[in-house]
Amino acid sequence: VITMRWGVAVVATAALALAAGCGSDSSSSGGSGGGVKAPEGPKAPTKLGANEGQVNLVAWAGYVEDGSTDPKVDWVSDFEKQTGCQVNVKIGNTSDEMVTLMRTGKYDAVSASGDATLRLIAGGDVAPVNTDLVPNYADVFPGLKDKPFNSVDGQMYGIPHGRGANLLMWRTDKVKGNPDSWSAVFDQASANKGKVTAYDNPIYIADAALYLKATKPELKIDNPYELDETQFKAAVDLLKAQRQNIGEYWSDYTKEQAAFSSGDSVVGTTWQVIANLLEADKVPVKTTLPKEGATGWSDTWMVSSKAQHPNCAYAWLNHIISPKANAEVAEWFGEAPANQKSCALTAVKDHCKIFHADDEAYFDKVAFWTTPRKDCGDSRGAKCMDYSQWVQAWTEIKG
Amino acid sequence: VTALPAPPSGRAGRRLAATLWRHPRLQLSALLAGPIGWLVIAYLGSLAVLFVAAFWHLDEFSGLVVKDYSLTNFQTLLEGHVYREIVLRTALIAAAVTVTDAVLAFPIAFTMAKLSSARTRGLLVVAVLMPLWASYLVKVYAWRVILQEDGILNWALGPLGLHGPGFGNVATWLVFSYLWLPYMILPIYAGLERIPNSLLDASGDLGGRPGVTFRRVVAPMAFPAVVAGSIFTFSLTLGDYIAPQLVSSTQFIGNVVYTNVGVANNLPLAAAFATVPVVIMIGYLLVARRLGAFDSL
Repeated sequence: VITMRWGVAVVATAALALAAGCGSDSSSSGGSGGGVKAPEGPKAPTKLGANEGQVNLVAWAGYVEDGSTDPKVDWVSDFEKQTGCQVNVKIGNTSDEMVTLMRTGKYDAVSASGDATLRLIAGGDVAPVNTDLVPNYADVFPGLKDKPFNSVDGQMYGIPHGRGANLLMWRTDKVKGNPDSWSAVFDQASANKGKVTAYDNPIYIADAALYLKATKPELKIDNPYELDETQFKAAVDLLKAQRQNIGEYWSDYTKEQAAFSSGDSVVGTTWQVIANLLEADKVPVKTTLPKEGATGWSDTWMVSSKAQHPNCAYAWLNHIISPKANAEVAEWFGEAPANQKSCALTAVKDHCKIFHADDEAYFDKVAFWTTPRKDCGDSRGAKCMDYSQWVQAWTEIKG
Repeated sequence: VTALPAPPSGRAGRRLAATLWRHPRLQLSALLAGPIGWLVIAYLGSLAVLFVAAFWHLDEFSGLVVKDYSLTNFQTLLEGHVYREIVLRTALIAAAVTVTDAVLAFPIAFTMAKLSSARTRGLLVVAVLMPLWASYLVKVYAWRVILQEDGILNWALGPLGLHGPGFGNVATWLVFSYLWLPYMILPIYAGLERIPNSLLDASGDLGGRPGVTFRRVVAPMAFPAVVAGSIFTFSLTLGDYIAPQLVSSTQFIGNVVYTNVGVANNLPLAAAFATVPVVIMIGYLLVARRLGAFDSL
């Protein structure tokens, strides 16, 4: 018995010592303030040097394909041969994971969505990009340049990759009429009780805010990502009401594809690529950009402020938006390419038409994902709900 | 004279062997240093780090972890009624799964232990273990196919004018009950096998009907085994977050932890919430020990 006690004491002491060791190295937090200010440190290069032989990327699945997923899908091998830059890729599953990976300083470039870009800029994790060193930037659609989610004070912090909108999709055989409004998933959702779906992510709160912007003008919502307490509460209440009609949420595209083909979901938000896959399987679905507009994503390739292979990173930036590579990645992922010349090179001839690549009027109705911050960005000041509050609200909505 | 192993050659080796022989406790320590070190550093160490991290919090502006100690996270968890609901739901479904599995497992285990021939017993053991060879994900996706709108269950119930439960709490209960059933059957089987047949015969000889024999002989002796099995079914359900995500939009404790780590990057809140199942399990294990479950493991 005595040895037993002794053993327990040793174990407990060791555990405490370990814990204390962890607690003692308290690091100071780099408070960067609510507004996005370009940090002092990182500068854009003025000229490029010799390639370093390799480049480490953080990317969405499907953005960096070297033929290992599908032998026909490969826009990396040629790049490696031409530049001598060996490409190492780490797949980021969420915007938040990408931010965490970039903060390690081990990666040279990242394909960040608008809900990650501002966090990376504010944290000083990425450097401004000298677009003169990326020749293909000249062919990028003007509608993608100098946007609030990829630039600060006219200085670009990355190279646009491509964009898409979150659309309303429905089963034509199960849903009556042709919905043209998000009311199909909000105020009228009970018509399809238990068969409504929604995107399982806090950023979906913006979809509710966008709908309220059109239907409840008294809330004075301007930007669905800049919500003060009253506006935020209205959006959350709308989503809690919607919850009663949700069959299941979807977070990865295969889950929504399965739910729509089996009929477990008949109406809800979607990406164009999912609708294409369903149509290929002969599932009767239709999509629309509802009259209230929509949320969407616009991705940006950014270069780390601690990049160890900046020259190869710039070579990659130029390659991924080159007409051919950008056409290939846009088709593989199912989005609008960033390069105007890509439209002539897609395998499916009217790809750019299907994804509205050159339709600025279409994208004017799209509110691209961006990180909700405390600072509203207008006269209201620091009164808005930040992302961590969005996350907690999302847990509450799902219940 | 007992045969001792040949002493190692060399003076140092011989001295070491002699020292170890003279100090059995030293010998034991050297033997256990590896496993205990692993247990303390990798297992208890990570638990300790988790517990410490639960007292940190996030900086509002930069979203970085601030390593100051405060009770902010626990306050958030206590004040948000949604967290209480999630804990309650997780525990209730885990309890329902445990009861379901106990009810299903007992007859199977009894058949295996007392009624089958050696050959049938072997086949039954294989049948019980077989599902464990298949991947967890494959089994959960199979249940998706069964439960979905145009799935087998609705096809079978359709002619009767009935409709399956769809994806929700009922689906999670069904899937978990299926997944963890073998973990309940095996301990009960082991427990029942330890009851001597002579006791059952004696009960019968003394006039005990089967019902009485079961209630007064089998049940009390097998109960610790059922509790032992329930530790598995309960803790496995309590900690799971993948199945709820795949067959429902229900949130378990694990889903909230996952969201806070993966989506929100709020490690401290996740750590604070992760202490809840640890506390629940400590309580459960203390009760299980009282009920003698550890004697039949």
